[in-house]
Amino acid sequence: MERGVLDSVKENTRPGFYSTSQTNHSFIQFSGIEANMSLDLHPTIPQRDKASVQASKLQRRNTRKLRLFEPALVKMAFQKSFVMLDPREMARNPVMFLVEVGTVLTAIITVQSIVNGASLGLIVYQAILTFLLFITVIFANFASALAEARGKAQADSLRATRSDTQAFRLRDKNSDEGDVVSSTKLRAGDYVLVEAGQVIPSDGEVVLGVASVDESAITGESAPVIREAGGDHSGVTGGTRVLSDRIVIQITAEAGQSFLDKMIALVEGASRQKTPNEIALTIVLAAFSLVFLIVTATLYPMWLYFEPTKPLEIPTLVALLVCLIPTTIGALLAAIGIAGMDRALAANIIAKSGKSVEVAGDIDTLLLDKTGTITIGNRRATQFVPLGGSAPRELARVAGLASMADLTPEGKSILDLARQQATLESDAPDGSTFIEFTAQTRMSGVDLPDGTRLRKGAPNTVAQYVYDQGGLIPDGFQTTVDGIAGGGATPLAVAENDRIVGVIKLEDILKPGIRDRFARLRQMGLRVVMVTGDNPLTAKAIADEAGVDDFIAQATPEAKLAYIRKEQEGGKLVAMMGDGTNDAPALAQADIGVAMNSGTQAAKEAGNMVDLDSDPTKLIEVVEIGKQLLMTRGALTTFSIANDLAKYFAVIPAMFIGTLPQLAVIDLMGLATKGGAYSAILSAVIFNAIIIPMLIPIALKGVKYRPVGAGALLRRNLLIYGLGGVIAPFVGIKLIDVMIDPLLAIVGIN
Amino acid sequence: MDSTLTWLHPAWALAIPIVLSFPLGWLMFRALDISAANAGKGFDAIPMLLLRLLGRKTPVGMSWKRYAFSMLTFNLALFVITFALLYTQHKIPALNPDHKGSLGELGYKIGDDDHPGADTGVVFNTVCSFVTNTNLQHYSGEQHLSYFSQLAAIVWLMFVTPASGLCVMLATLRGLRGDKDLGDFYADLFRGLASVIMPYCLIVAVLLVGTGVPMTFEGAATATTLDGASTQTIARGPVAALVAIKQAGTNGGGFFGPNSTHPFENPSPWSNMLSIVSIVMLPMASMIMAGFMLRNLKHALVLYGVMLALLVVGLIVGVNAEMAPSAAVRDLPVAVSPNMEGKEVRFGPVASATWASITTATSNGSVNSMHDSLNPIAGAVPMTLMMLNVVFSGIGAGFENMLMYVIIAVFIAGLMVGRTPEYLGKKVEAKEVKLAMIAVLFHPLLICVGAGLFAATEWGQKTVANPGSHGFSEILYEFTSAAANNGSGFEGLGDNNPAWNIATGIVLLLGRFPALILPLAVAGCLAQKKRVPETTGTLRTDNLTFAGMLVGTVLLVGALSFMPAVVLGPVADHLAEVKTAAK
Repeated sequence: MERGVLDSVKENTRPGFYSTSQTNHSFIQFSGIEANMSLDLHPTIPQRDKASVQASKLQRRNTRKLRLFEPALVKMAFQKSFVMLDPREMARNPVMFLVEVGTVLTAIITVQSIVNGASLGLIVYQAILTFLLFITVIFANFASALAEARGKAQADSLRATRSDTQAFRLRDKNSDEGDVVSSTKLRAGDYVLVEAGQVIPSDGEVVLGVASVDESAITGESAPVIREAGGDHSGVTGGTRVLSDRIVIQITAEAGQSFLDKMIALVEGASRQKTPNEIALTIVLAAFSLVFLIVTATLYPMWLYFEPTKPLEIPTLVALLVCLIPTTIGALLAAIGIAGMDRALAANIIAKSGKSVEVAGDIDTLLLDKTGTITIGNRRATQFVPLGGSAPRELARVAGLASMADLTPEGKSILDLARQQATLESDAPDGSTFIEFTAQTRMSGVDLPDGTRLRKGAPNTVAQYVYDQGGLIPDGFQTTVDGIAGGGATPLAVAENDRIVGVIKLEDILKPGIRDRFARLRQMGLRVVMVTGDNPLTAKAIADEAGVDDFIAQATPEAKLAYIRKEQEGGKLVAMMGDGTNDAPALAQADIGVAMNSGTQAAKEAGNMVDLDSDPTKLIEVVEIGKQLLMTRGALTTFSIANDLAKYFAVIPAMFIGTLPQLAVIDLMGLATKGGAYSAILSAVIFNAIIIPMLIPIALKGVKYRPVGAGALLRRNLLIYGLGGVIAPFVGIKLIDVMIDPLLAIVGIN
Repeated sequence: MDSTLTWLHPAWALAIPIVLSFPLGWLMFRALDISAANAGKGFDAIPMLLLRLLGRKTPVGMSWKRYAFSMLTFNLALFVITFALLYTQHKIPALNPDHKGSLGELGYKIGDDDHPGADTGVVFNTVCSFVTNTNLQHYSGEQHLSYFSQLAAIVWLMFVTPASGLCVMLATLRGLRGDKDLGDFYADLFRGLASVIMPYCLIVAVLLVGTGVPMTFEGAATATTLDGASTQTIARGPVAALVAIKQAGTNGGGFFGPNSTHPFENPSPWSNMLSIVSIVMLPMASMIMAGFMLRNLKHALVLYGVMLALLVVGLIVGVNAEMAPSAAVRDLPVAVSPNMEGKEVRFGPVASATWASITTATSNGSVNSMHDSLNPIAGAVPMTLMMLNVVFSGIGAGFENMLMYVIIAVFIAGLMVGRTPEYLGKKVEAKEVKLAMIAVLFHPLLICVGAGLFAATEWGQKTVANPGSHGFSEILYEFTSAAANNGSGFEGLGDNNPAWNIATGIVLLLGRFPALILPLAVAGCLAQKKRVPETTGTLRTDNLTFAGMLVGTVLLVGALSFMPAVVLGPVADHLAEVKTAAK
């Protein structure tokens, strides 16, 4: 094998390395792409049927979308829940740490009661309480372990591609010689040669050659992509497979430091750090816990004032404390954060940090590329304008014939339109010579066997062509051309020999529903800025039609960077998407820079997210995921604290009813007065514990985000999680009490 | 009583200050928020002249730390000077016609044990109490203080401590609106005194004299009683001046021990109405001022509205509860009437319950009836309002307290709309949240720990006048009043002894200065941040939704912190009465 590589390298002469068009087999395999590339319009990504692209993406997502309680993951998470009981780990979460301390305290007192020979009822009560507090901690650990396990499972699917491969390391870039090493031995800066059928050993940049690469292992996209030296499509990812040709790659990542490695570590939570907002929320929760610690701890001395006959039991105070501190959100906080990244990953976005997902929710301005995001990838011919007395059918026929060999989407669309308006043979007559588009001639067309020369191209070029042959420019040519250009469309002139027969109108077609989508974004409070290479006039027309708030015309990377800076100076957070190396500064400057996976390594390094689908509309999804993450935190915090009211009404009467019998009135739920004090307290603690696993689905899936504006969103969430949080425990605790009363009666507790 | 007229008094008591708060708030804004260019012009000449006496030609710009430091040093100086003055008042020759001795020679009682002689505890307590704008009085002014002390210690502190609170509020507002420097503490202090508080008090004092409040430097009068044989000493003094600032400055400390129940402090229904209005006037007006300073009147009105709503609810509950007869007479064969126990007949239950609500909502604490004698639920209203401590509260202090709840509400609500929380265009992050939570934490800490400590020990158990829940309420009330810097007493409590004096003294200080400095620090932090432009995705803080969110936050945090204590105290007290009545 190694021999073969060396041989083939030697067989290939240098020039052959630079130009694939001279390498025979690659030309055959990718002739369609070659034709595109020669037109220099859409050089890399093979055009594929839209529907099949969509289908493969959906399939990809479904494989990433795991069942919520996947049995294997549940098992793994369950085991992890016990490992996480280590106090050093628990201390990261002050709320649950407090519960753990309370559990230990209750356990000690239970043992003490047994030793002292307390009444059986008391011992059983304390033992049950200890158990309930313990499972509260376990449930909390389970929630974050499950979220981590889901992340890990997704990471594993990615890691599967990271098998240790053999790499052929070259002495230097232009050398033919080298040695075979394990991919783990590769260093940044090494050059490796990868040929058809081999797996790319690590992240890198193509420095020599061009090849088609199957990136489906990472992106789920089955169509191969072209990666070539120089330009914006030179980045390759470790674990992907070269399908054709051979390339020399300069490794950019140390072993274990590659993009994929970092991502796996991040998803698995190994390098997960608390995000700023998570820290702030943890402070709030810790402070609330401290308030309740003070409240319950001082309740004991207050109680002594009443010279009670029955002592207030410490386990009961611990139970009250655990009910009051925000255990629900405390238990689910880590899970919510991990789930946010998981959701991003499920959408084929890799966030480089949890923080970036959070920031995404705050984005004020979206920089969207026109092509592919706002308009469907390519311009389409929408109208033929005949000039100089030519008949419409004639123009359609000429335009169609001239486009027969034009495989660009524009060319195809002209042919499509021509076929609708005129009868056209399926092929050009035998003996026709096709004239390809070149940067010099700036025209393409066909020379028919009868000597007729049909040409289409930029209006002034075609006009010059006609003029040079002594032909005349028909009346109204310039006004027609200007009119089309002024409306945001592109005019193409069509000539037959020395005569201009008319003008084709090529229009940008907006993606269906894009206006509504932008209206939704505006509801979310986002400003949409269209970025395009078009001239300002064209840009404005499209911007108006699509309903964007602003546009950057004739956009250069510098213009984008300047725009981002300007927005940021006004305090706005900007998100953009890019793929080229020259996009890297803007990607780095933007608060959220999403690099397309098809882009260069530099772009991927500069951005804080990578979109594996290379889908420009992904930005919108990114923002929604960020908002969802924050909303879930807020909603569950509200729910958790609102729960406390009912818990007070359950526990306080139960605690004091023995000494201050008049407090029976505030036993609204009829717990302590009916089933006894212990059942009331246990019901509250059980509710407090089981609400955690019950809310895991919300924590992992996220609270639904609706683009309805902040006020409506707040009212809705306050109603569901605030008011719902007040009412739900009244119902829940009562139900549990009804259920456990007979059980407790059996063991003789009341 | 004619029931249709019941609500007339509280309606007027709120309507007048609400209407007046708008022009007054605007005037405060014009008088206090003066740019460097306009300093010293017009009425500002007087405060700027005073500033020049400090050796400063123009106001300087202070950071929040420097501002807080200036405020603290100023208050420390007040503390030391006042302590010395009260301790040595008998050595000062001027204005002591009745030859009052040192306040440190008062002695104390625990239960029935007398401890005469030296006790500096009461001096410490009194100084803490007045430096913190609280006026929790463990002494009786007319018995224990010389006129000089009344004026130079008490009245002087009554002027400068609310001014200190106002200063901190001004600095906080400047920070919130994004000013890089928060102003000059001393310039603000002099402006607050010379341009707002003094002129306002002058008007109130003159009106009070018109209603019959004495204003004299002559010693106590001696009168021969009607039987012609015995004589009576009638205490008097510069009462009108003190009463004016006691009400206007959310102070509440009376010239006389019985405070505004005393006929010389509050002779008639007219003086009563005047007092109620001036109690709540400046706290209300300062909220309007906040709206002008923030250039966001709607947001200020939301805060104002939330405070007002809480006050109205408390007031209605309180007045309603006082319509029932006292438990003591409930089973007796007497005419059923509202609760008249502990009331001045010239005010009656409605005016008394109204006063009780308003004086505890604001951190005033003057009383015109015995709060101890209020029916339990009516007694719970003042306690609840002090536990919330955000219903107008002290001048400046009320806004500062409310700001902390606003930060918490903004943080949680902000998350719920899917954005990192923002307040007035500034991101609320870990640091601000931490400061706000510490500030909110202090209140339950001081009250619960204090009440728990005294309830479990002889310090509390031996000093209460009633057994059971009512006695516990007395302890709880005293600590709540101290922590909220209110100063009203539930009374019935033998609180002039070292344990109470020192404990409440410490609680007073910890209830005051962290509550002023932490919000200032929050504003200082926010001021440094970049302003985030508002979009439709931004949480609005100037609409009803946010008002609801804020009420929810205040009530939930308040309810959750204090519910067990309130249940053991007034709720159990009330339910016990209901039970007895039912039998």
